[in-house]
Amino acid sequence: MNWYILINIILPFVLAPFLFGVINRTKAFFAGRRGQPLLQLYYDLFKLFRKGSVYSVTTTWIFRIAPFAVFSSIVCVILIMPCGALVSPIGFRGDILLFIYFLAMARFFTVAAALDTGSSFEGMGASREVQFAALTEPAFILCMAALACETHSFSLSTIFSRLSFASWSGEGAVLLLVAVSLMIVLLAENSRVPVDDPNTHLELTMIHEVMVLDYSGPDLGFILYGAALKLWIIGSLVVGVALPVNTGNFFLDRFIFLGGMVLLAVIIGIIESVMARFRFLKIPQVLILASALSILALILQVRF
Amino acid sequence: MQMLLISLLVFFIGGVLSLLFSRSGRIASIVGAGSAFVASIIGLFPALHSLFSGVSQQLRYPWSMPCGSLSFELDPLSALFLTPLLILTALASVFGAEYLRSWSLKKSLGAPWFFFNMLAFSMIAILLARNAMLFIISWELMTILSFLLVTFEHEKKSVRTAGWIYLVAAHVGVLFIFVVFIMLGMKNGSMDFDKFALPPGSIAAASLIFVFSIIGFGSKAGFVPLHVWLPEAHPAAPSHVSAIMSGIMIKMGIYGILRVFIYLGPPHEWWGWLLIGVGALSAVTGVLFALAQHDLKRLLAYSTVENAGIIMIGMGTGVLGVALKSPLMAAAGFAGALLHVINHSLFKGLLFLCAGSVLHGTGTVEIDKLGGLHKRMPWTSFAFLTGSVSICGLPPFNGFISEFLIYFGAFYSISSMNGAHVFSSSAVIISLALAGGLALACFTKAFGMIFSGEPRSGDNSRFHESSPSMLLPMLALSSLCLIAAFTAPLTVSAFKYMLPQLTGMTFSTSAKALDIIIKPLWHVCFISAGFFLWLFALWLLRKLMPRSEVVEKTVTWDCGYCRPNGRMQYSSSSFAQPLTRFFNFFLRIRTLFKGPRGIFPKDSHYMTETPDIFEKGFFAPIFARIHDFLVLLHRFQNGRVQMYIMYIAAMLLILLIWKLS
Amino acid sequence: MDNFRDLLIVLLMLINLMLLASSRIRYCIKIVAFQGLIVGLVPIFAAENGIGIGIILTALCVIAVKCVLLPILLQRSQIIADVRREVDPFVGYTASIFIGIAALVISFWISTRLPQMEKQVSHIAAPAAIFTVLSGLFIIMSRKIALTQVLGYLVFENGIYLFGGAMLLENGFIIELGILLDVFVLVFVMGIAVFHISQEFNHIDTDRLSQLGDWNAELPEEIKK
Repeated sequence: MNWYILINIILPFVLAPFLFGVINRTKAFFAGRRGQPLLQLYYDLFKLFRKGSVYSVTTTWIFRIAPFAVFSSIVCVILIMPCGALVSPIGFRGDILLFIYFLAMARFFTVAAALDTGSSFEGMGASREVQFAALTEPAFILCMAALACETHSFSLSTIFSRLSFASWSGEGAVLLLVAVSLMIVLLAENSRVPVDDPNTHLELTMIHEVMVLDYSGPDLGFILYGAALKLWIIGSLVVGVALPVNTGNFFLDRFIFLGGMVLLAVIIGIIESVMARFRFLKIPQVLILASALSILALILQVRF
Repeated sequence: MQMLLISLLVFFIGGVLSLLFSRSGRIASIVGAGSAFVASIIGLFPALHSLFSGVSQQLRYPWSMPCGSLSFELDPLSALFLTPLLILTALASVFGAEYLRSWSLKKSLGAPWFFFNMLAFSMIAILLARNAMLFIISWELMTILSFLLVTFEHEKKSVRTAGWIYLVAAHVGVLFIFVVFIMLGMKNGSMDFDKFALPPGSIAAASLIFVFSIIGFGSKAGFVPLHVWLPEAHPAAPSHVSAIMSGIMIKMGIYGILRVFIYLGPPHEWWGWLLIGVGALSAVTGVLFALAQHDLKRLLAYSTVENAGIIMIGMGTGVLGVALKSPLMAAAGFAGALLHVINHSLFKGLLFLCAGSVLHGTGTVEIDKLGGLHKRMPWTSFAFLTGSVSICGLPPFNGFISEFLIYFGAFYSISSMNGAHVFSSSAVIISLALAGGLALACFTKAFGMIFSGEPRSGDNSRFHESSPSMLLPMLALSSLCLIAAFTAPLTVSAFKYMLPQLTGMTFSTSAKALDIIIKPLWHVCFISAGFFLWLFALWLLRKLMPRSEVVEKTVTWDCGYCRPNGRMQYSSSSFAQPLTRFFNFFLRIRTLFKGPRGIFPKDSHYMTETPDIFEKGFFAPIFARIHDFLVLLHRFQNGRVQMYIMYIAAMLLILLIWKLS
Repeated sequence: MDNFRDLLIVLLMLINLMLLASSRIRYCIKIVAFQGLIVGLVPIFAAENGIGIGIILTALCVIAVKCVLLPILLQRSQIIADVRREVDPFVGYTASIFIGIAALVISFWISTRLPQMEKQVSHIAAPAAIFTVLSGLFIIMSRKIALTQVLGYLVFENGIYLFGGAMLLENGFIIELGILLDVFVLVFVMGIAVFHISQEFNHIDTDRLSQLGDWNAELPEEIKK
């Protein structure tokens, strides 16, 4: 194992909370505020990890274990995730599926824990989460299928090391479709505007935030950290497609990749500033459109 | 092979003995269940041996049956189906001994145990039979015995209806199976499998046989639209029988299709498309209807339809791979399908046993009447959780591995071969992904609504956990779900013995293809093992945190509302409502709603039910027409003795006149 | 250049999907106008042997009609006739998207069965055109308001134009101009008709227009007057 592969693992753990800072700063800028410090989430996590916790008497061990199960799933995903064109520590054919299904595993436990509290709010959030996830998952896998068709490979590391600017000039339409579709998946999976609003906790519009309403202390810390990592994970796929640099210079590549991630955070911030959340009835249509985009990306490449 | 015959004998003797002891429910249970357990364990050795070593053994005796001979063979393909059959029968019999005890005062238990043992007997006979007559007789025996088990509580009208629907559906299927065997046996005039050959004009004939076998065996396997008996029969049967029926009996249909497929020669591309199409329809339809159910056992029955669909998608991918001459795709598709056969029987057996335990402990399986059962039945809850995670196809459990293999085949075809099959492979991917997402919704609903939260019905003090002899089989199956995930690479590598038969590839080609597939499987196992490691590490980390011991207990945050009660929780209908409404153009949910009216509203109610559209919209009209036609014949069949005498006399007279003229 | 042209065609297909999913008439008109612009641009980028003055003139003419003139007319008639803002479909938006995806797949399949053109510009032009035609037809079939039917016809016509323009058929543009004239007249007539119908009945739902047939004994209130 080469030393630089460790970067793949270290980068997300160190920098993921930073993305949230960038998003919040962008939103504050648009609102004309000064906004939170860029490192706010680090402070929050540090604070939460030093606190005691409060549990509801209704809950069982499922509620207690869920944050760990979610976080473990995400750690497993990070192990197979490439960082731009840099190959992942463990890469194999079909790791795409493990990637997506470990995220689904995380979702299972989030939902199970939400239902474990017996609260209607959490039940509502869980119900919406599974609805949107059922429509997001096909879009996500189809994006990957389109990329697999484009790069003739279906291991994440190979896919992203084979993408380059040359593929943009060759099959620009395909990559654009995939990038847009992945962006919608990113917003839906991470519960961002226009699918969900991460700022509010209890209004009846919420999905992810309301599911974790009863968590406190270190458990909440794990959940927040996990959410930040998830944004990083899916974001790095979007950046990998939209900005496929592979100059060969190790540091330059990583630098451009990180620039891309920050740019992505800024874009998410802009989207959240200029868009309102969709009506709930509208969201499934958007998610199906994302699937449609990736199907189109796939069949554009079919040669008969 | 000899051991299998001994096992068959033990099944038979045990069944007969329990029938003899039916005076005493206890002895009948012990004899019936005990013999089933022992017989299964005896049979398991040859089955496992044949599966992993690829040895096949034959036995043949003459039989006085026309066209029949007692030819048996144990080959790896049979062994693959035999293994889960025996495991599940052993565990279900242990479960059933305790489960049926509550009926022992009301009913004789000898007959059910006789039927149970003979059901296992007939299914083993199906798997070993290498003669069409023997096969069909065993098949009929299986159908009738399972019918008798389904109608165990025949004093209930719903159970009788269910049994009736099941019997009709099964016999429509048998008709097609007959045709399939006759067409295959025609050329050489023998009903022995090893003399089967395609009839002349073989291209069209092969396709016809293939389609007929899908209809005939598919009606047992539960493919849409032939699945209508499943959601009726499974809830009606006792739970350990549902586990056997859902876990294994429907697989006999899959086995039949595969067995016939062997004799059909190289497949056409459209066979694969057909299988994928029917499979995708079954998978998505099954899970959608499962989501809309309020009865846990009906939900599980529909989820069986989904999983049969997934197996079929895998077979379709495999067949397409053979047609496209891609060993890797063929191997991945068939391996996924075959592995899912084993996996599904483990987790679906587990889930049905859990449903039985819930029914045993609470007296109902209506999801909306339960809730908070986790505190009353912790072990059942744990077993149901593992079953749910497995059936949703989530790593690190076994359901993921088989779906992974099917995906692998589809992704391989998309990434390395360009052509029209990209469409079919995308259909595979879309349907698996959609079914996976919906299954997650379905089983978080089932688990969350039954075991989590607070009880919905108020008093749950009489709810109790099942006894150890019911829990042990369930826990054994949950651990098998995990073990099957980590031993999957070994199981898949054993498929090299049966792949040449199915795909027509040489042994070395299929072994090589499987080697390529197994490599990522080891990685999957490795990372999955890591999952538990991280879980443990995080738990330790949590312990190390400065104030980890400071825990405060309070109520669930209730938004300031001071008197929440169990009935205010999200119910299973409300949980599923966004999705069911979204797919309502397909599901056609019927809603009965009477809202509160006036200043002092009296009663109001809201009820939804989801009738099976295929039953109501497709079969019911057909059978209504047939019924209308048959009613016309009532005039002749009116029950008066005089009339029948007249028919006989008239017939005699006509014959006499015809003969003499 | 090829890349850009393909991008335009893909955009065209996406517009069809968006049209199927959107509920506001005003928005639909804008989308169709945008589609007109793109359809007008495609032949310019598709031209193999240089951009001639003829092609540019035709493109300009097409864009002027499809992107400016017709949408303005439609919007005017919407304002004058005071049409409802929702398109009010027979088939729901979600189901429409599903059908759209199915149509997409079918059109790709159909295009593989077509005889191979020698001068075919882009391998996705033909499926895109068929898809546009199909979605135009679907909009005509599935929406209630007369205005959306006009939009459907326009989309339908865009598909035909793309087929002619991008496949570089001989005399394609002349045929196209003829069709364009037809559509123009159609929109004109529809505009007048819509205006008058709405004056008479206060609505322009086609499903209720069917009550005008003499087979239906129960006449609507407005006519009995």
